[in-house]
This record gives sequence, structure tokens and C-alpha cells, in this order.
Amino acid sequence: MSHTGPPVVSVHPSRAMVDEAFKVQVENLPPGSPVTLHSLHQSEDKDYWEAFGHYVSDHRGTVSVADDLSCGGTYTGKEAMGLLWSMRPVPGSREGLRLRKLNVCIPQLVNISVYSGHVGGGFREQDPLASALTERWYMAPGVRRIDIKEKGVRGTLFIPHGPGPFPGLLDMWGGGGGLLEYRAALLASHGYASMALEYFNPAEVNTAELELNYFETAFNIVRDHPQVMSDRVGLFGLSLGSIVSISLAALSSVVKPCCCVCISGNHTHARGGTIGGVFNEFFKNLHKVRMDENKYEIWRGMGLPIPDDISQKVDVGKISCPILLVNGDDDQNWPTVECAEDMAQMMRAAGNEHLLTRLEYPDAGHLIEPPYSPHFRATKFIKDGQKVILLWGGTTKPHSDAQEDSWKKILAFLQQNMYSSSGPRAKL
Amino acid sequence: MSMKPLCVKLSVQPSRGLVDEKFTVLVQNLLPGFQLTVHALHQCEDGHSWEAFAHYTADATGTVNVSQDPSLDGTYSGVEPMGLLWSLRPVPGSKSGLRMRKKNVQTPMVVTISVYQGHQMEGFLDRVLLASVVVERWYMAPGVRRVPITDGKLTATLFLPSGPGPFPGLLDLWGNGGKLVEYRAALLASHGIASMALDYLTPQITKETGKIVDNDYFETAYRVLEQHPQILGSRIAMLGLSFGTSVTLRMAVYSQVVKLSCAVCISGSHVQPIGGSVEEILSYFNKNADKTRFDENNQVIWRDLLLPIPTDPSLKVDMGRLQCPLMLVVGEDDQNWPSYECAMDMKEMMERAGNSHLLTVLSYKNAGHLIEPPFMPFARASTFRTVTNPPTKVMALWGGELVAHSRAQEDAWRKMLVFLRENLYGSMKHSASFSNL
Repeated sequence: MSHTGPPVVSVHPSRAMVDEAFKVQVENLPPGSPVTLHSLHQSEDKDYWEAFGHYVSDHRGTVSVADDLSCGGTYTGKEAMGLLWSMRPVPGSREGLRLRKLNVCIPQLVNISVYSGHVGGGFREQDPLASALTERWYMAPGVRRIDIKEKGVRGTLFIPHGPGPFPGLLDMWGGGGGLLEYRAALLASHGYASMALEYFNPAEVNTAELELNYFETAFNIVRDHPQVMSDRVGLFGLSLGSIVSISLAALSSVVKPCCCVCISGNHTHARGGTIGGVFNEFFKNLHKVRMDENKYEIWRGMGLPIPDDISQKVDVGKISCPILLVNGDDDQNWPTVECAEDMAQMMRAAGNEHLLTRLEYPDAGHLIEPPYSPHFRATKFIKDGQKVILLWGGTTKPHSDAQEDSWKKILAFLQQNMYSSSGPRAKL
Repeated sequence: MSMKPLCVKLSVQPSRGLVDEKFTVLVQNLLPGFQLTVHALHQCEDGHSWEAFAHYTADATGTVNVSQDPSLDGTYSGVEPMGLLWSLRPVPGSKSGLRMRKKNVQTPMVVTISVYQGHQMEGFLDRVLLASVVVERWYMAPGVRRVPITDGKLTATLFLPSGPGPFPGLLDLWGNGGKLVEYRAALLASHGIASMALDYLTPQITKETGKIVDNDYFETAYRVLEQHPQILGSRIAMLGLSFGTSVTLRMAVYSQVVKLSCAVCISGSHVQPIGGSVEEILSYFNKNADKTRFDENNQVIWRDLLLPIPTDPSLKVDMGRLQCPLMLVVGEDDQNWPSYECAMDMKEMMERAGNSHLLTVLSYKNAGHLIEPPFMPFARASTFRTVTNPPTKVMALWGGELVAHSRAQEDAWRKMLVFLRENLYGSMKHSASFSNL
């Protein structure tokens, strides 16, 4: 019997931003022991999420997740962050869950434990050998959170610490509605005064702000803030938020974004229409919705074929700022890659294609979130007052790689266009 | 006239770290050759402001990396990744004799790191501020639990590491200033050791009865650790600084109850009347009070009170009887205790007795008495209030020189953690000498 003391799990850094990598190590194990590294998180909705990997300690009795290979579990191979991105709801959880931080002022707590042997489940019924708690933050110290209720606009503004002035961003989520602050908090932690914008109540499409006017007012609230550089305000959107961004960039005579980041967006709605037009199109095409074998709804058919008729599409030839499109080619919610291709062709014809950068990720789905977030292949959605489950698509590992890679490139794009003293440049 | 550069980017990684973790301060988007000052500002719990600053010149890529580039001038110079913390000093106009010690360990120490244009020496609040970030420095890692202890009439706080345990334990003792000082125990718990900070000079029981505690108080503290369900009773260490060393050595060698896996003694001595009470040890020191000296600033030098080291064996802990690994940490410029001389005497005693394989001595040139966890600001002298009745307030000279002392703190802490880890987590076999550390 070995006379060594208990094993020790360590996570460095123990307090980190959600987009920072960590190193998980276990020391003081007997050499050559099979162990399971396990992560556990209880969400604000009280659901439990977990991930695990199977390892064998080396001759020094150490397991280093960043350097060693997981030979089984929710992820395999050399994956420093696998314990986060491969998390999924524990067995027995409700269907269609999605993990989204609501209170960004406190950290996400994740418990990392080590169990003896290669365990596949039933973690709650066993005692771990050791564990360590780690904090994951959306807000850096010193970032200020300000509620915005001004000129009919509803949102939350996050301002980096310091004298400023800072470049600004208008941050818009998608068709689920509500006010989601976490990405704006994270962007502020990277030096961008970011406003998360609410433009309809959760799942209440008929409360949606449909006129470009609402978004222009919101943009100007950011632009006019004393700590924001008025000539460096950009747009950041996902899904419906991207549609809004593309429309603003192309159509607005009032706002001139410095640059745009559009994740999983499209340009296919009637020209001259309002954002409301997007919803009308949507309801017109409901018959094109398919279901997969689990009865999850696949909406991508609604966007196909891409119309040839340019009056059915936003005039992207009018975009005059750098624009970054980020899409997954397994997007089951919308044919975003096909749209990106079509946008490229339109811009080529108009002579402004040099402004366009496209990032496309194989086997990634619709919900491309900040890195290390779990992959949501299908989640609950309220459609027309009804609870359905939408298929977003993507396979976990490639989707997580896409989240990690795209975030790095998004930050570089923003840095280049909003912080660089040599002025905005389109190509990365 | 120089233009304010556009969008200077300042980042500190990690933005939330433990107090003994290094950080990287990076300034980007500058013009090559741009002159700037990096400044740190901290307001401690007592409301005093502390600052540090350094002058840098941006390289050809328009970047300053504090971990790699040399400071040309300021409160530190040369390449010093953590200089912005250890060279913190009270801002001009502050009271004299200040010492920074965190009382509430459940909140972080907050430091504002800023970048100013040009090479500034003072008056920072009026200068052109280019960028600023807030950094948190924590004594407690996530999941560490703080447990006040009052059983057995103790005045103590136990810090349990994150996780189910059980964990090795440690009894943490400070010196003659008394009070319940928690930050080192909190930090040790963040490194996996269940640590109890013990107030033994000003505990509740002494306030009530007027009597100084004796050996049984420490044995009770040891028992509380030994019997705790989340602590491994066979793996307990003691750590003492200054007078805490006197207690640690006495317990380690003479106590029938206290069985230590190892001991760490910082800036202390083995000189004490053995067999006497704790109160008698204090009186013994006071007997030689006439040997107190004063430097040119009227700061008190107490090192001579224990010199010369007695040859009478009844006045020194019998180090030849020590049975556990011991690490001695001493500053050769200690003006408060003759810790270096005592360490040499202890070494000699152990060599003669044949147990010197248990001993590791870390001795630092130009380091003073207060060898604390790393990156803490240095105080060569500070206000000291004795625990006598009535108490007296003096300016005690601790000794040491800023850079050498700060390096000593960093080196000693790292080696202490390795020593504790090896002896508390490793094999039960004694392997004390770490000459290859």
C-alpha cells in the first residue's frame, strides 16, 4: 500500500474569464492509475451540467488535462478545455436545455473532481478522490454595468474600466428575444463599450421592434455616450441580430457602423421592408419546416432556395464598412453558408467585396457562442406561443473548435478595425 | 508637444489571481519608442493609499511587456514582472510606519494598474491617463472555506481547502504583535493544506483572565486539527514566524501530544528557558531589554536581546532531539531577532547530535525579519504595538533592503510550499535536505 497522501486537483487560473483557457492537473496519484476527471456545474435554472474524461496517471502519479489524452468520456484526445465545452445536461434532465448566464456580475462556478477508475456515470453516488472549485467570469474587474432605458430603447451597457474613450458595439441576439448580457459583458472586458439590446420580449414576436429606427436610436445611444469614440461604433449580431446588423449596415442613412460581426445571419428578406418583413417571410414559409427523427424542427429549408430576385434581398452592395460573417456549414436553422456565398457574389458585382471576410466551419451549427460554451445541438424555443425544439445543428467537437477559433478571429477583427491607429481594414 | 496615442491597450493577466501568483502586464498599440509610466494604486483596508510606478519605453512593435522589458526608473528598476506589487509604498504625505496586512481575507485586494504618458515621478492624479485596469488579488482560492474556531477556548480560524478532503493540516503562528492574523493560513489552504491561524498572545481567554496561555493551549489547537473529520491526523505541520518559531520548536521537540510531520520556522530562535511557561519565555526576553539599540532614525533594534547565544543547554531548545524535518528561513539583515546566528547554532547542534539530515536552512542576504508571502510590499521598519500591559508603541526596525527582501520572499515561499507538499502529501519517508531546490 502506498504511503503517499491524498491526490490533489488544481485548476490554473482558478478564477478566469470565460474565454480564457485553464490547466487542470491531478497530482499525487499512484503511478499508472486509471482515473476520471469530471466537471459539474449547476445553472441558474438549477439544472446540472457535466462532462468527464478518462485518463491514466503517468509514472509521477500526475494527470495533466492539457497534455494528456482522454481515452473516453464526453470528449477524447488532447483537450485542455474539454471539461467545459463537452458539458451536457446530466442524465434525467429536462429536454432541450441551453446554458446562458443571466447574472453576469457573479461567476459561473464549476467543480472539477477526480474519481478513481474509468467511470461512465453515477457521479453523484460516489465520492471523488479530490476536487477543486473554479470560477468563470463574464465581467473583468472594473467593468461597469449600466441599465439603459432611454428614448424607448431597452438594453444594458457595459463600459470597460479606465478613462476611455472606447470603441463601442451594439450587441444583438436572435429570435428568442429577451435581454442577454453575457456577450456584451465579455466584449467590454476586452475593451469595447458594448450595449446588449433588447428588441423583443422573450418569445413574444408580436412585441418585436420592427423598424430600423429603433436600432438606429440604440446605436446612437452608444455613439453619443461620453466614454465612447463616436466614429468607432460597430455592430455585433447572432442570427436575427445579424439580420438586423446587415440591414442597418446596408440601408441606414442615419448610422454608419465602423465594422460588423455577423454570426449565423442572412440577407434574404424583402428589400425596403422593415425587420418585420423578416417575420412575415418566415410565417409565409412555415410549410417548409421539416422534422428530424426526434421531432426537432429544421428551419433551414425556409431559406432555400436563395432568391435570384434582388428585390428579395438586402442590398449588400451598399455596405461600406468591413463585415465579418461567421457561419457553420451544418447550420440546420438557416442556410447561412449559402447566404454568405450569395452575399459575396452580390458584393463582388457591386465592387465592395474587399470589405467582406467569411469564416465557415465544417460541422458547426447555428449557435456559435463564446469559446468553451457547451454545444447546443437542439434546444427549446417558443414559436408562436408553442414550445418546440429547434435543431441548430453541428457536432460537438467541430462546433467547439469553431467557437474557439471564431472568437479569436472576431477579437482580432475588432482590434484591427476599432483599435488600430492605422484605420479600419477589412481583411484579417 | 506629444499627441495622446490612439486607443492604448492595457491588459493584466490574470485579472483575478491569488496573491502569490504572477501576472503579466502588457501595454499595446503604442508608437515605437513611446515613453510611458506604468502605475499601481491600492487603497488598503485602513484607508491608506499605496503606489508603485516604473518607466518604460515601447519597443519597435509599440509594446511594453512588464515581464520582459526593463524599467528604467521608478519604485523598481530592471526586469521585474511583479515589481508593481512588491515595490508598493505609502503615497507621499502618508503617516509613517505603515505596514500592509489584509484583515478580511474573504474579499480581494484590489489594485488599479494605469498607464500614463511620459516618464512621471509624482502627481499622478493630474497627469494624462491613457488606460487603466482593475486587478483582484485573492488570499482565498474558490471553494476554500473559512471556519471560526472557538472550541477548547481557542481563538482561531481554520481554512479548509476546496474539496471533500481529508487534507493535511497546519498550525500557523505569527509573532509578538499578537491578534488573529488569517491571511497566510488562507493562502496555505488555497494550496491544499487545512490551516489554522491561532491567536495565542491576545486570545479571548487572555482578555478575560489576564493570563498568557501555555503549552496546553497549543496542544488543544493541535488536537482540534488532529480530530477534525476533514483533516488527516497523521499529517500535521506547524509554521511559525518570529515568536511563533519559539513556540513551534518547543512543541516539536518537547510536546508529548504534538507529533509533527514537519515544521517551518521563519525569522526565529531556539533560545528560550526550556521547561518554563510561555510567559516565562517572554520575561526572559524582557530581562535583556537594556540591550535594545536605536538606529539613526530612532527605530528600535531588538536583535541583541538574544545575543550572545547562550551555551547553557537549559536556555536553548535541544535541537538534537528533533525528529521531524525542519525548514529554517532567515534574513541575514534581520534587525529584530538574531535569526541567522540562531539558525547557525541550531545547525551546529543538529550536526553534533546526528540529526542534521532533517534540517534545511534558507538564508537570504539583505533580507529582514518579516519574510512574508511573495509580492507583498516591503517595510524596513513599521509601527509595532507590544502586547504587554500597558502596551507600548514603537517604530521597530525589521531590516532588509527592498529588492533583496522581495526576492527572498518569493524564493522562500516557493521552497516552503515544496517542502510542505513533500512532507505532507508525499511519502512518509523523511527526505528533508533540499540542497538541490
